[in-house]
Amino acid sequence: MKNKKSFAPQEAEARPSRCPDNSAFKQQRLPAWKPQLTIATVLSTFFLTGAFCLSVGICLILSANSVREIQINYSDKCSDCSKLRENSYNWNIECLCSVDFKLKEDMLGDVFMYYGLQNFYQNHRRYVISRSDAQLLGRDVNVQRSYCAPFTTYNNGTPMAPCGAIANSMFNDTIDLFYNFNSSVIQVPLLKTGNSWWTDKNVKFRNPQSHNLSSAFAGTARPPYWQKPVYLLDEEDERNNGYINDDFIIWMRVSAFATFRNLYRRISRKRHFADGLPAGNYTFHISYNFPVTKFKGKKYVILSTMVWSGGSNPFLGIAYVVCGAAATLTGAETEVRVLTGVLP
Amino acid sequence: DQHFHEQPQFKRTILLCFKKSKYYNPITFLPLNLFEQFKRAANFYFLVLLILQAIPQISTLSWYTTLVPLLLVLGITAVKDLVDDIVSNMFKNTKWKDIKVGDIIRLKKNTFVPADILLLSSSEPNSLCYVETAELDGETNLKFKMALEVTDKYLQEESAMADFNGLIECEEPNNRLDKFTGTLFWRNMSYALDADKILLRGCKVRNTDFCHGVVIFAGADTKIMKNSGKTKFKRTKIDSLMNYMVYTIFLVLILLSAGLAIGHTYWEQQIGNSSWYLYDAEDYSPPYRGFLNFWGYIIVLNTMVPISLYVSVEVIRLGQSYFINWDLQMYYSEKDTAAKARTTTLNEQLGQIHYIFSDKTGTLTQNIMTFKKCCINGQRYGKSVPLDFSWNMYADGKFLFYDHYLIEQIKSRKDPEIQKFFLLLAICHTVMVDVSDGQINYQAASPDEGALVTAARNFGYVFLSRTQNTITISEMGIEKTYDVLAILDFNSDRKRMSVIVRESNGNIRLYCKGADTVIYERLHPRNVKREATEEVFANETLRTLCLCYRDISDDEFEAWNKKFMEASVATTNRDEALDKVYEEIEKNLILLGATAIEDKLQDGVPETISKLSKADIKIWVLTGDKKETAENIGFSCELLTDETTICYGEDIRQVKSTKNFCVGVKNVQFLKLSQQTAEEKQKQTEKRRKAEAYKEQQQKNFVDLACECKAVICCRVTPKQKAMVVELVKKYKKAITLAIGDGANDVNMIKTAHIGVGISGQEGMQAVMSSDYSFGQFRYLQRLLLVHGRWSYIRMCKFLRYFFYKNFAFTLVHIWYSFFNGFSAQTAYEDWFITLYNVLYSSLPVLLVGLFDQDVSDKLSLRFPRLYVLGQKDLLFNYRKFFLSLLHGAITSLIIFFIPYGAYLQTMGQDGEAPSDYQSFAVTAASSLVFVVNLQIGLDTSYWTFVNAFSVFGSIAIYFGITFDFHSAGIHVLFPSAFQFTGTAPNALRQPYLWLTMVLTIAVCLLPVVAQRFLSMTIWPSESDRIQKNRKKYMAEEEQWKRRQSAFRRGLSSRRSAYAFSHQRGYADLIASGRSIRKKRAPLDAVLGNAVTEVREAHTAVANR
Repeated sequence: MKNKKSFAPQEAEARPSRCPDNSAFKQQRLPAWKPQLTIATVLSTFFLTGAFCLSVGICLILSANSVREIQINYSDKCSDCSKLRENSYNWNIECLCSVDFKLKEDMLGDVFMYYGLQNFYQNHRRYVISRSDAQLLGRDVNVQRSYCAPFTTYNNGTPMAPCGAIANSMFNDTIDLFYNFNSSVIQVPLLKTGNSWWTDKNVKFRNPQSHNLSSAFAGTARPPYWQKPVYLLDEEDERNNGYINDDFIIWMRVSAFATFRNLYRRISRKRHFADGLPAGNYTFHISYNFPVTKFKGKKYVILSTMVWSGGSNPFLGIAYVVCGAAATLTGAETEVRVLTGVLP
Repeated sequence: DQHFHEQPQFKRTILLCFKKSKYYNPITFLPLNLFEQFKRAANFYFLVLLILQAIPQISTLSWYTTLVPLLLVLGITAVKDLVDDIVSNMFKNTKWKDIKVGDIIRLKKNTFVPADILLLSSSEPNSLCYVETAELDGETNLKFKMALEVTDKYLQEESAMADFNGLIECEEPNNRLDKFTGTLFWRNMSYALDADKILLRGCKVRNTDFCHGVVIFAGADTKIMKNSGKTKFKRTKIDSLMNYMVYTIFLVLILLSAGLAIGHTYWEQQIGNSSWYLYDAEDYSPPYRGFLNFWGYIIVLNTMVPISLYVSVEVIRLGQSYFINWDLQMYYSEKDTAAKARTTTLNEQLGQIHYIFSDKTGTLTQNIMTFKKCCINGQRYGKSVPLDFSWNMYADGKFLFYDHYLIEQIKSRKDPEIQKFFLLLAICHTVMVDVSDGQINYQAASPDEGALVTAARNFGYVFLSRTQNTITISEMGIEKTYDVLAILDFNSDRKRMSVIVRESNGNIRLYCKGADTVIYERLHPRNVKREATEEVFANETLRTLCLCYRDISDDEFEAWNKKFMEASVATTNRDEALDKVYEEIEKNLILLGATAIEDKLQDGVPETISKLSKADIKIWVLTGDKKETAENIGFSCELLTDETTICYGEDIRQVKSTKNFCVGVKNVQFLKLSQQTAEEKQKQTEKRRKAEAYKEQQQKNFVDLACECKAVICCRVTPKQKAMVVELVKKYKKAITLAIGDGANDVNMIKTAHIGVGISGQEGMQAVMSSDYSFGQFRYLQRLLLVHGRWSYIRMCKFLRYFFYKNFAFTLVHIWYSFFNGFSAQTAYEDWFITLYNVLYSSLPVLLVGLFDQDVSDKLSLRFPRLYVLGQKDLLFNYRKFFLSLLHGAITSLIIFFIPYGAYLQTMGQDGEAPSDYQSFAVTAASSLVFVVNLQIGLDTSYWTFVNAFSVFGSIAIYFGITFDFHSAGIHVLFPSAFQFTGTAPNALRQPYLWLTMVLTIAVCLLPVVAQRFLSMTIWPSESDRIQKNRKKYMAEEEQWKRRQSAFRRGLSSRRSAYAFSHQRGYADLIASGRSIRKKRAPLDAVLGNAVTEVREAHTAVANR
């Protein structure tokens, strides 16, 4: 009755053993760290994080407070121009506007000048894609095949350079700053280059190759909303003209939100302004071209100094302080409960 | 069609369970495989998405964002399919033999019967053929089949067989293993055929050199195949849950897209229409733009339905299956079998089992009976060193006994009681002997009997041969022949058997062996040894049997013999009349002693069962055996204990047969009456083969009642009924079931249960072939469930929860962003980030958690079976957990969006450049997200191997590496429109301000999680938290235990003794008829003796009517 066992061992000998390897991996015994949330680790995590957040928060708030910033809504102040621009037939009528303001304190250090737009949906999907990066690299591409529509070609087939809605709607106000010093008016020297990222200026944007710029853009036409062709964006500086114009590059870097600031100029620290902007009366002279009232937008001009953490946005500092306080309080409460025996 | 198949080594029959290779051809593989894959809903969905993306009006993402992940998913699946295909092809050609109905085949000793066969002739006298039916019904005793005399007579030679022509009319293929009706028409005569003449597929030919038969049913028509049920595609509970969740997410996706589309419509009306800079020369109305944006959002938000979910789940399951295959602690060295996960898609279900249905023979037991101990004249034997039986030329080498003193006693021949004891064992039985190659083989009706006779043989009392009325034994080398005057055979009511022999000195003596309870009633009143024998083996769960004798005077015997003769020719109620006569002579017995036979359980069975029941798993034993045997095993594997009340299902059946619907109620009362104090309810159900059609209510009552009980043992069930029981529990309890078995009779049950486990044991491979998991020993079940099942479940749940979380945290950011971009379907991230997020930046750590995570070690999982309960209750993954994961993801996405949003509002960079551009924002949000999700999985990982650490930090590193690459100058010049983020990462990430933004985002996302984890762990600790906390203590304890390895075994169940002769009555009739006892005779003798008339020839044909 036991002969059924007899042939099993022979089979086993004939085959190689099917015994699994005794390796740590196959036996799921890899050396491992089994972290556990103990009271000590949790409390120290909370206190350390709390302390870190609080200190970072306070630093951020202090540095943000040291930033001097002045922001002027000139679409309200220049309401005449705003009205004029509401009608697109007046596009070639020049409208000048000046805005006075007073600096109560000196703005020391580098001072930056921004224009700000509100309610301008640069992040709208249709808008964001409406560009041709290949064209901006200076290549001769068929813009019809890009996402630039409807700003690709004119009816006669002349391609627009640059194409697309972003380029077409480029911010075209010019803003100059004047310092009223001892009843004389001094124009504040402004730097219009060096405001964009190196990669943008040197990689993403290249002019078409030719002996001069106007011939490089021959056979193309300006976008419909522009007043002058792309090769006349900055006639004074060859390296700031065409696609590599800083104002253009900065505009082409679309903003994340509908309210945004773009760097416009930097104060050149020369003579009176070697230490920044001294306190006193100033005037913005604005050539008002960019219509915003139609879409209930607003335009700002902003002057600001800079610290390590950027501008004067207090959000991050406050958020850090709140987060740090919350962590510390949670830690303290847990500690108290442990000490009083509520928690094991 | 007169084949003659030689079947010398008919290999283990392989049932039709191999998948056909669907696509092996190298050319057709790709298209066919793609077609197969796109039949899956998820893949099809992504194909549709891909097509949507090709429509310019609504294309909101670049074409590659969906294509790259989809290609990856399809590629991985295709490789997996290809490997599966090749593996199954390697199996395909082996061992498949083509047997057709009407073939005549020859079967040799120890081969499996490959089809249902009508036995024609055999090498044994009287055309007997012994078969073992363990594969069919689990019974291991030999059964004999007998061919028609006429076929046996004429069909011994091959030539005669080749000319055999007859017509067989028989029933249609069915699943009744014990019934067969048919007629053989041959030579103008018709012969009735019944089940005794049929060898069923799956039986094993035993002790018969060869036999011949004609195939009646082959392949799928065979009775065992009819019993095996259909192979169903099994899916896990989590699978279906996951599908519903994906549908839920899909619905959420549609609703969100619709909401955002409405938002876009509104925005276009209010703002968009007046925004001159957005002019696109298309004259679409705002609602139409909204409609287009609906599709745009469907595309943008598609990552909410995780594309890599299914393939990741498959990869994890595959890995877990490999860990099962590799487990050294489930490797059975004696048979060189490692555990094998044959199905790789069910692993986490192993952690959710509620009910285990176990076969008995070969699964719980080893299917070996051993003579363990004996008690002679009040003296116990059986505890010492192994004995050397070499002095005995007849000894069976495999026999082991542990008492030296007994041998000395026997050899000294001092004690007549001992001599009588072994004489009785050698004489009083219905075993038949078969001498081949000088070896004595016994053919016993029950393995118990075989064990006893083998024991006697080893102790020098060798049963040599028997004739119709004599029996020859060798008593310590001296051959003696006794006249057998009568054999009083066993049946289940009598629970004993006796022989009456005339000894050489002329005395007539009755030898009797039987169950202790039965024997005690019949002992001589003055028999003093009674007390001593009692309770001897009671504590050891051995099957005890009392031996006794009685001297009978000639007169008494004559008188009795007369009655006996009368009774044996009685035409009505012969059995009852015989029983009555037997009763008269079996009295005033003198007790010799008792034997103890062990129906050897497999190692570790009681421990495994107790572990599993501590894990709240209910264990039902389903066996084809009879009630007593089953009950006995129930006790020995500690499924039943003495505190438990046993109630028998006959009571139910009686009630049921009167179509009374109050079965449950009545039996509960019965239970209450019988067990006032015992807490554990147990019930043993005997379901005789009854009509298959239960009334639904009765079924429900049966299940309800049975589930009330702590353990259920069903006996006398057919393979089909086994499956039906499983089906009932599945249907009415909605519980996850596991069936474990080793024989062909378990195939149906294994296929029916949610998970089928095959024991690759003694009995061929059929159960293994249809199982989902297989291993060598029952005890590995605890490791499979409590360790691998539990781990797999926890890993899968962790994986799924995290997967849904990370995709929500990722995708919902787009939605928050749309409130600030006019619902224009602008994405919050770079397209390449969207493409690679699920593939590279967040997939590996969670995959590794799905493969490696362990909350508690395997040792602790086994030590605390209660840990298993969480899987049964679906605690770790259910709709609540799912929505919590989604909520967690949504909150994370809020933080990831709004903290950078706040930081970006009207800010400037350190150097005055405007950092509030879209691209910097996208990089900030994406970096925060990568940090948060990877650190979150770090928090979720409870088993940090170096691989985990590597993957978490590696993912972050890969993210930065790839981002800096894609934002580099060179790649933009090459592909200006595909890589537009030139310089963003280097420019943005040198701003300390943005790093501080990210740090804050991470802190705000993760600190509350840490706090919540810690609080819930301290206030509502789960079982595994508690154990994990104390794991050092437990380890120290374990060390201590090892040091003082005590021989202490906890108290086993006490007073119990239930010997059962297995299964069926013995061969007494056969012996008495003398048919089998004559030696082989020439076929011609038989021809003459039976005087059959003519010999004619015609064609062989078998017709299934």
